[in-house]
Amino acid sequence: MICSLMTTTMAPRRTALYQSHKLLGGRIVDFHGWELPVQFESILKEHEATRNRCGLFDVSHMGQVFVNGPDALAFLQKVNANDISRIGPGKAVYSHLPNAKGGVVDDVIVSCLERDRYLVVVNAATADKDFAWFQKNAQGMDVSLENKSDFFGMVAVQGPKAAEIVMFLAPKALALPRFGAMELMIYGLPSFITRTGYTGEDGFEFIVSNQIVVRVWEDLLAQGRSLGAQPCGLGARDTLRLEAGYLLYGEDIDDEHSTYEANYGWVVKLDKGDFIGRDVLARQKKEGVRRKLTGVRLLERGVPRHGAAVLVDGREAGKLCSATYSPTLSAGIGVGYLDRPDLAAGTKVSVVLHGREVPAEIVKVPFYQSPHLKKGA
Amino acid sequence: MLDPKSLKFMKSHEWLHLEGDAGTVGISDHAQKEITDVVFVEPPKVGRKVKQGEACCVVESVKAAFDIYAPVSGEIVAANADVVKDPALVNGGPYGKGWLFKIKASSPAEASKLMDNAAYEQFLLAEAAHGSH
Repeated sequence: MICSLMTTTMAPRRTALYQSHKLLGGRIVDFHGWELPVQFESILKEHEATRNRCGLFDVSHMGQVFVNGPDALAFLQKVNANDISRIGPGKAVYSHLPNAKGGVVDDVIVSCLERDRYLVVVNAATADKDFAWFQKNAQGMDVSLENKSDFFGMVAVQGPKAAEIVMFLAPKALALPRFGAMELMIYGLPSFITRTGYTGEDGFEFIVSNQIVVRVWEDLLAQGRSLGAQPCGLGARDTLRLEAGYLLYGEDIDDEHSTYEANYGWVVKLDKGDFIGRDVLARQKKEGVRRKLTGVRLLERGVPRHGAAVLVDGREAGKLCSATYSPTLSAGIGVGYLDRPDLAAGTKVSVVLHGREVPAEIVKVPFYQSPHLKKGA
Repeated sequence: MLDPKSLKFMKSHEWLHLEGDAGTVGISDHAQKEITDVVFVEPPKVGRKVKQGEACCVVESVKAAFDIYAPVSGEIVAANADVVKDPALVNGGPYGKGWLFKIKASSPAEASKLMDNAAYEQFLLAEAAHGSH
């Protein structure tokens, strides 16, 4: 049902919260080989709760790689497009891992824990690929890599009430700025909190041992219920992130599409020194790109889907890679690589749905900016 | 609201209420729960002639689109404008305000091929036992 669902021949994996989800009535689906709830009560209600109060998400399928050692920063600078030297201890940054031809190995959040100690949060479906990529590129460097993805669970608390809910469990986390990161003990076990998320709202992500993730989830939920928080599934996670203009690896970016093509050029810091893929990216920056991930909004009723063709002047300019009904805007929205990188916001186009050409227009991404989150934060 | 006991059902979860040749069509309570939040309904055009089992209407949730099949052959004589404006009516009242379209059956006897409510409930139980939707 979700366009990014993959069938897998491997036995599905379950997060430590699987039984909690079943008890809460979660509708379980296979997401990149993980059994996770697509929704609990309703995607629309969960989406609305997150935008206006708070949503709790099990993101334990995501991976955690620790990078330690004297060459930790040099290594991270080599594999990242963003400038990791700009974050000191207690700060995190969103980044892309470019490959040598300008594609993207993964999109990640890098947190600096100490000068020579970093935590990289990677996508579930790419965790093994990323780790192999890291190992290959760490050769000859004084750095140790630890894949702790099976050890840690992860819970995201997202929405304007997130801070109020997090307060009782980790009051120190309230001092974190946007993209702040901290290491702390929760229930006696080393844990991490970052003020990050994938919803376009204020929020916190808890990275805790699988031993205590059920307790953390249940405590946050118990605290959150009185403030109108809801457990949320992958369905709402997808509608929230698309409204906020966040990329979904495997749909919007992959090994074949570059950061510039994805219209995420701000991630690339060409002036930071050499890194993998820099040559290709520098050329793309200079010469421009021939295709660009572009936002489209329907002007009539309809729900665009992955694969829907976008017509510009009656000619197909590309297909949507992520598309959905936007609960906040009550309109169909999507992003796709169009071979017309020159199109300005407001340009009238059409999207083919069930064989019908539905009027649409080019819009700036993000589709939605939360009034609760300061611009640029 | 219609009593489900007065309805006939298809395996694809449409219901039909038939009086003489005047039919009303919607989707079952089970189907609306499976589809979840309906956000878009594209009903058939009034005047269109359809055959039994022909896809003639689209119901979409956030995540997926579902074809709705004509339970009997005939001519579409009305489409529910309310569900076009407020698609959530399909979830809120599948046997009431969430009806989709009305059809003038060309051969009402075709309805005998459909399941009554008891048979439909048995069918749902059997489907659940097989673990499929």
